[in-house]
Amino acid sequence: MIAPFAARFKHWKRDRRALWVGYAMIAVALAVLPFLVDNTLGRTWVRVIDFALIYAMLALGLNIVVGFAGLLDLGYIAFYAVGAYTWALLASPQFGLHLPFWLILPIGFVAAGFFGVLLGAPTLRLRGDYLAIVTLGFGEIVRIFLNNLDHPVNITNGPIGINLIDPVMIGGVSLTKTHEILGIEFSGTHIYYYLLLLLVMATIFVCVRLEDSRLGRAWIAIREDETAAQAMGINTRNVKLLAFAMGASFGGIAGGLFSSFQGFVSPESFILLESIMVLCMVVLGGMGHVAGVVLGTFLLAVLPEVLRHGASPVQQQLFGKVILDPESLRMMLFGLALILVMLLRPSGLWPSPIRRREFADAKADS
Amino acid sequence: MTTVAVDKLLEVRHVEKRFGGLTALSDVSLSIHRGEIYGLIGPNGAGKTTLFNVLTGIYRPDRGALAFAGRNLIGLKPFRIVEAGLARTFQNIRLFGNMTALENVMVGRHVRTRAGVIGAVFRGPRTCEEEDAIHKRARELLDYVGIARHANSLSKNLSYGDQRRLEIARALATEPQLLALDEPAAGMNATETANLRKLLTRIRDDGVTILLIEHDVKLVMGLCDRVAVLDYGKRIAEGPPQEVQKNPAVIQAYLGGALP
Ligand SMILES: Nc1ncnc2c1ncn2[C@@H]1O[C@H](COP(=O)(O)OP(=O)(O)OP(=O)(O)O)[C@@H](O)[C@H]1O
Ligand SMILES: [Mg+2]
Repeated sequence: MIAPFAARFKHWKRDRRALWVGYAMIAVALAVLPFLVDNTLGRTWVRVIDFALIYAMLALGLNIVVGFAGLLDLGYIAFYAVGAYTWALLASPQFGLHLPFWLILPIGFVAAGFFGVLLGAPTLRLRGDYLAIVTLGFGEIVRIFLNNLDHPVNITNGPIGINLIDPVMIGGVSLTKTHEILGIEFSGTHIYYYLLLLLVMATIFVCVRLEDSRLGRAWIAIREDETAAQAMGINTRNVKLLAFAMGASFGGIAGGLFSSFQGFVSPESFILLESIMVLCMVVLGGMGHVAGVVLGTFLLAVLPEVLRHGASPVQQQLFGKVILDPESLRMMLFGLALILVMLLRPSGLWPSPIRRREFADAKADS
Repeated sequence: MTTVAVDKLLEVRHVEKRFGGLTALSDVSLSIHRGEIYGLIGPNGAGKTTLFNVLTGIYRPDRGALAFAGRNLIGLKPFRIVEAGLARTFQNIRLFGNMTALENVMVGRHVRTRAGVIGAVFRGPRTCEEEDAIHKRARELLDYVGIARHANSLSKNLSYGDQRRLEIARALATEPQLLALDEPAAGMNATETANLRKLLTRIRDDGVTILLIEHDVKLVMGLCDRVAVLDYGKRIAEGPPQEVQKNPAVIQAYLGGALP
């Protein structure tokens, strides 16, 4: 009895060491990634990765709502917009306000969370398709508001958008400027990469912890069967509102960083297609599985850029002319990819490991 | 004259529930005593499940009163009713299919635990302790109903009988005073039914009152201390099984013949 137990323990210890070595390697890889990309592919690609990180935060937030709680939200980009405009209004010449980032981020977090509850409260009784339609409308309403709030009082500058938005400043130092630290030159794009990476890791941490908790189980129970969840003593109203608020808050933070990174926002960035894009990242990767969602995000954020840059030269070489412009090709391949995933891997490219656990269990049984 | 003082756990008084023109429950009154197994029988469509739905807050009755452990239940949200100590299972099994058996039971602990977002994210000592306790209790309950070996299987992959047991374990996890079971033996074979019978007796002996809807008359007659019969939404009889069995109205309701 003791011997096999001890053996298993040793094995476990060795696994743990391997795990730490793995982590360390990933950390080093992530740390040098922007330099590697910058030197081989160019600065644009570091920017692409920065945007992928912003999307990752968005997708992880949406995953709480759609993946965990099973509430189909097609207007999620509205919370991104709320975060982006909160930052834009509080740190730009628009109102002459220049609040520090450590104040704006929490404000954006709370503002977006508030909008999450605002959307959640009236839709509590709706399920499935009906919820999807209402949230879709909500997303559009927010965008239309942003588009039209330039009169009678000019708040958002309407379709023109807001310019000259402050970057994140630490101790009077702008993070979008190039800085030299320890003899290494960090461009603003590089610095934002680290900032965003840090926030994405924090988001992942929060999501993983939430999933494996009393609340996470309640969300998943609601997703699986709302009536049964109620009958098990879950206050479905509060728990659903919490999912909306949490998801929205992450969207708000992502929006604020987007605003500050780009230095400019306009309602055009928050169209329905963006909501759908983020939803696709969640679904393609594996709804409800944090790692899958991150994978889905990177595929959908990076591959289109590859196409955009690579499609025309390749066609030139093959056919001597550009037959399909990259934008149409992008949408076409995007649609094709989604159909293939739906057919071949309906639970996403990297679904939750619970199925693997189940498989191991079945083998142990037999 | 001496009367034996009985402790009434649940009192249903003159409850009526209509769906449009259909009266699913009309003037139903019954009372369940603490510590008994109370059977609820009646032909298909008699209103048994509707009564469960009224009790657990899914439907609001059009008329009547419900008192549980001296407390009014009408107008309470379902989770408040669970909190008060009334748990149920469903006629058409409603497990959380993509959760493991263990996780299903853990969900049942929700109502008796507290951890929120802060606890979940930071996992302080209190949350850890609570999670451990949830885990431990859930395992115990799986063992109690006899499906511990399936703890890590997805509940949708369990056999029919095991799913029914899992539903009972999940309901027990809420620490009910009254456990309401909607046809728990449906679809079970003879061995499974015999095991279920042992399980129900044990649950009762451990201090949980049971309200049992069941079509298996042999099971009801052998197991229940008292029985009520519903027919077309009316309660046509209540009493010990032997008496109810002889009641002419009951015999009439069951197709004018002897009990099947
Ligand atoms: N939500 C509803 N809307 C309309 N009618 C309903 C609803 N729920 C139940 N009914 C009707 O109420 C009557 C009682 O149904 P109920 O499900 O309570 O019967 P039951 O005694 O549980 O029957 P069974 O033994 O078949 O489970 C039936 O005629 C049913 O069609
Ligand atoms: Mg029924």
